[in-house]
Amino acid sequence: MTTEVKGRFGRFGGQFVPETLMTALKELEEAYDKFKNDESFQQELRYYLKNYVGRETPLYFAERLTEACGGAKIYLKREDLNHTGAHKINNALGQALLAKRMGKKKIVAETGAGQHGVATATACALLNLECIVYMGAEDVKRQALNVFRMELLGTKVVAVEKGSATLKDAVNEALRHWVTNIDDTHYILGSALGPHPFPTIVRDFQRVIGDETRAQFLELENRLPNAIVACVGGGSNSIGMFYPFVQDTEVALYGVEAAGQGIETGKHAAAIQGGQTGVLHGAFMYLLQDENGFVTEAHSISAGLDYPGVGPEHCHLHETGRAIFDSVTDDQALEGVKMLCRTEGILPALESSHAVYYASQLAKTMSPDEILVICLSGRGDKDVHTISAALGGDLA
Amino acid sequence: MSQLKEAILSTTAKGDKAFIPYIMAGDGGLEKLQPTILKLQELGVTAIEVGIPFTDPVADGPTIERAGERALANGTTLRKVIETLTSFSEHIKVPLVAMTYLNPILAYGIEKFSEDAKLAGIKGIIIPDMPLEERDIVYTALKANDIALVQLVSLTSTPERIERLTKASEGFIYAVTVNGITGARSSFASKLEEHFKKIQEYSDTPVLAGFGISTPEHVKSFSDFSSGVIVGSKIVDSLVANDWATIEELVKASKVATVK
Amino acid sequence: MSQVAIKNGYYGDFGGSFVPEDLQQVLEYIGEQYEKYKNDPEFNEELKYYLREYVGRENPLYFAENLTKQLGGAKIYLKREDLNHTGSHKINNVLGQILLAKRMGVKRVIAETGAGQHGVATATACAMFGMECTIYMGAKDTKRQALNVFRMELLGAKVVAIDIGQGLLKEAVDEAFADLVANYKNTFYLIGSAVGPTPYPEMVEHFQSIISKESRAQHLEKEGKLPTAVIAAVGGGSNAAGAFAHYKEDQEVRLIGVEPAGAATLSKGSPAVFHGFKSYVLQDEEGNLLETNSIAAGLDYQGVGPLHAHLHSTGRGEYVTVTNEEVLDAFQTLSRVEGIIPALESSHAVAYALKFAPTLSPEDSIIVNVSGRGDKDVEQVFEMLNK
Repeated sequence: MTTEVKGRFGRFGGQFVPETLMTALKELEEAYDKFKNDESFQQELRYYLKNYVGRETPLYFAERLTEACGGAKIYLKREDLNHTGAHKINNALGQALLAKRMGKKKIVAETGAGQHGVATATACALLNLECIVYMGAEDVKRQALNVFRMELLGTKVVAVEKGSATLKDAVNEALRHWVTNIDDTHYILGSALGPHPFPTIVRDFQRVIGDETRAQFLELENRLPNAIVACVGGGSNSIGMFYPFVQDTEVALYGVEAAGQGIETGKHAAAIQGGQTGVLHGAFMYLLQDENGFVTEAHSISAGLDYPGVGPEHCHLHETGRAIFDSVTDDQALEGVKMLCRTEGILPALESSHAVYYASQLAKTMSPDEILVICLSGRGDKDVHTISAALGGDLA
Repeated sequence: MSQLKEAILSTTAKGDKAFIPYIMAGDGGLEKLQPTILKLQELGVTAIEVGIPFTDPVADGPTIERAGERALANGTTLRKVIETLTSFSEHIKVPLVAMTYLNPILAYGIEKFSEDAKLAGIKGIIIPDMPLEERDIVYTALKANDIALVQLVSLTSTPERIERLTKASEGFIYAVTVNGITGARSSFASKLEEHFKKIQEYSDTPVLAGFGISTPEHVKSFSDFSSGVIVGSKIVDSLVANDWATIEELVKASKVATVK
Repeated sequence: MSQVAIKNGYYGDFGGSFVPEDLQQVLEYIGEQYEKYKNDPEFNEELKYYLREYVGRENPLYFAENLTKQLGGAKIYLKREDLNHTGSHKINNVLGQILLAKRMGVKRVIAETGAGQHGVATATACAMFGMECTIYMGAKDTKRQALNVFRMELLGAKVVAIDIGQGLLKEAVDEAFADLVANYKNTFYLIGSAVGPTPYPEMVEHFQSIISKESRAQHLEKEGKLPTAVIAAVGGGSNAAGAFAHYKEDQEVRLIGVEPAGAATLSKGSPAVFHGFKSYVLQDEEGNLLETNSIAAGLDYQGVGPLHAHLHSTGRGEYVTVTNEEVLDAFQTLSRVEGIIPALESSHAVAYALKFAPTLSPEDSIIVNVSGRGDKDVEQVFEMLNK
């Protein structure tokens, strides 16, 4: 279904970057092609995933959530149990190891709320790489503790004052830094976005989620699930989860975007549901933009979904109809938080809560002998402040 | 031959070097566009690069980025720039080179944009986030409207790539003189001359130097091994300060009298 | 028989149950139930299931290569309890006790909490098993830890602020015992540390012993031998109890408990009866409790579990102290060198390992119990380093 021609997923993807980056992208592409099939590289990656990240993560049967929804059996893929608390480390570690093999001594990365930044800083501390992270000045203020975390891990955090001073501006700045320091620096992009080969690299390092899930289902239930639900911002957890199932057409794939205050209000982050095709940060994809082709700001209670674009492979899955994309509002995501806390004692990240809420509705329409799996991409400890403020102590 | 290349070759034929200033359309308001272009024309520039502001200008340094932010704040859009240029196009004597990121063109519609741009006096275009590999998206429409698609060649481009880029570049070859983004710099890599020679090997299209050129000395030093220069950040700063003397000095440095 | 076996609720001279008669009867009942189920295959299968599927066990025994190289001595292994669901070893015991409560047919669980960690862990497990949950917390603590109160409520627990006395942990404990006595027929009191009257210390050690059960097998697999030493932080002593349990008979394995210098119960305290059991206590000659001063809320306690009092008095365990400065330094070192931010509690064990490992040879290997992750402490450390 998903074919890759010159870094394209159907008509999406590509390499829309300044000429100064092309050589670096080619170098990365060649290095990646070499190491992805290199047994010693894969062995090293597996070693760290097992001993450091704590994989494999459980595929947990959420019995009480299943009862509460009344329909399909619901399983949770527990990426929240990874070291640093989310799926982000899978990719950060993979790319840091790749950089090391490429002989790069320095890493640059962008971060929104700080999750990818912390994951990258962590991998760099582990592998002795110098690390610099760009973060929108607004986010630096809102996420002072994550800034401190990265600093604790030995990373330099640079506040970006430009533009809207949020994630997309941090990406701009990280790209600029990379362009200027290409000889010794690798850019660890945090989501399945950006110019080829990044969407492929990120997906390949995240596919461990789906690979494990698939094997776990076959062992546990001797069959595949009927439906998979994952949240989609840039789309790294979801593409990692979906990819190993793409050929299994009997498995329905659901990507859940952030509808923010509602798509009709314009304050949302649902690029597929409420955007048009365009080019940003190196890829042709669905994008939030105005009639002039200017990129507009995304809005979501979840910082990790607060990005105006969406990974090119998802755009292709949408266009071919292989995956179904829908969206969930801030309020509904908060319902998802409460539901999973109350029924399972698991505090999900606000990002993952979008998938939880959607799945809870979907499960109701399915029969008890059907199976649904939610990609629980991260834990919600980081979001307790936000959730508390949003619910205003209202826990009814 | 494109009008852009013709203009550059006729300049160098006289012994002068080509001088292309970059301006950010809408910086200080779109009403400034006409007087600025006409005055630059009077100073004897070879062509004018007209920057279109964009929300995410990844290839630009701080000076041009800030100019873009000011232009966006003034409500500048690609459509309005084209309209404004068209309104005085009969006065425009030098070729205009649009410099715009890809997405505004996609939103405009590639065919419609190419047609309108032609009417606005645009003879060439630089799309910094569209490498050679992706040019099919726009190429046919641009060609049909005689708009030259200028390619950038960077210091990091491999020899094989330099050959493909220079052969494909139309109007002129934009040789990036530093690793990185646009903006004024105090020094350049020493191997530049060699690099420029390599670039010129494959094509008779003139090679112009750009990125980081900010003084008459820079202009002169590049004259030794290129067909001319593109000056961006320094022009943008000078225009904001209304410092035409500096601009005049820069242009003068490209003329035969001072070059030799 | 072993020098560390438990007899009649005593670890050697320590432990026991010094409580009013009505409470004593309730505790005996809980003890009987615990004895009944702890070796029940079905019970253990269920516990194993949840530890694997919900908590994410087993967690890794990670070879800290960078740290080892930097220190140049023994090989350092980290037991990664920080990777457990809810972020520390606490959940091991909470799950065990809740499953016991479930077997006992009880529908309601109560617990006390100081900084909130044990309260959150208890509320978590209650949510999962659909148990009614009440958490007692000193009124002052509920204000200082408003966010943890919110978390417990989010998990469906009822948080009761105790506004008597000093409004701190001690008052919360008293209130919880009073509740247990009044409602024991349908209520289980879930204690989080290896303290309290019999049968709690033994029960907590038992449910935490999974830590050393795993680490022992993991170390044998990786190194083909037992470790030279196991190092764990000691406050009440639950993570250390679990980290040591399966090595107690292995005389060649040194068991090292690390206390905060400002709450060094075993180094500076003396035996006494306190909170319903006999152990070491930080007290003056008059028997008045001394003030403690540890940057780790989880270790800031005048008492210590009877197991540790016993291991200390018999010499089987070694108990050392580290200062707040050393702890802060270890917190930063592990973050920077291995990309692992440890809890301040666990940083005590790390701090001692930083001093200890270089004194050993490269043929030695030590296990440091990283009992929890440091996310909860980042704000505090930020303030301490920036003041």
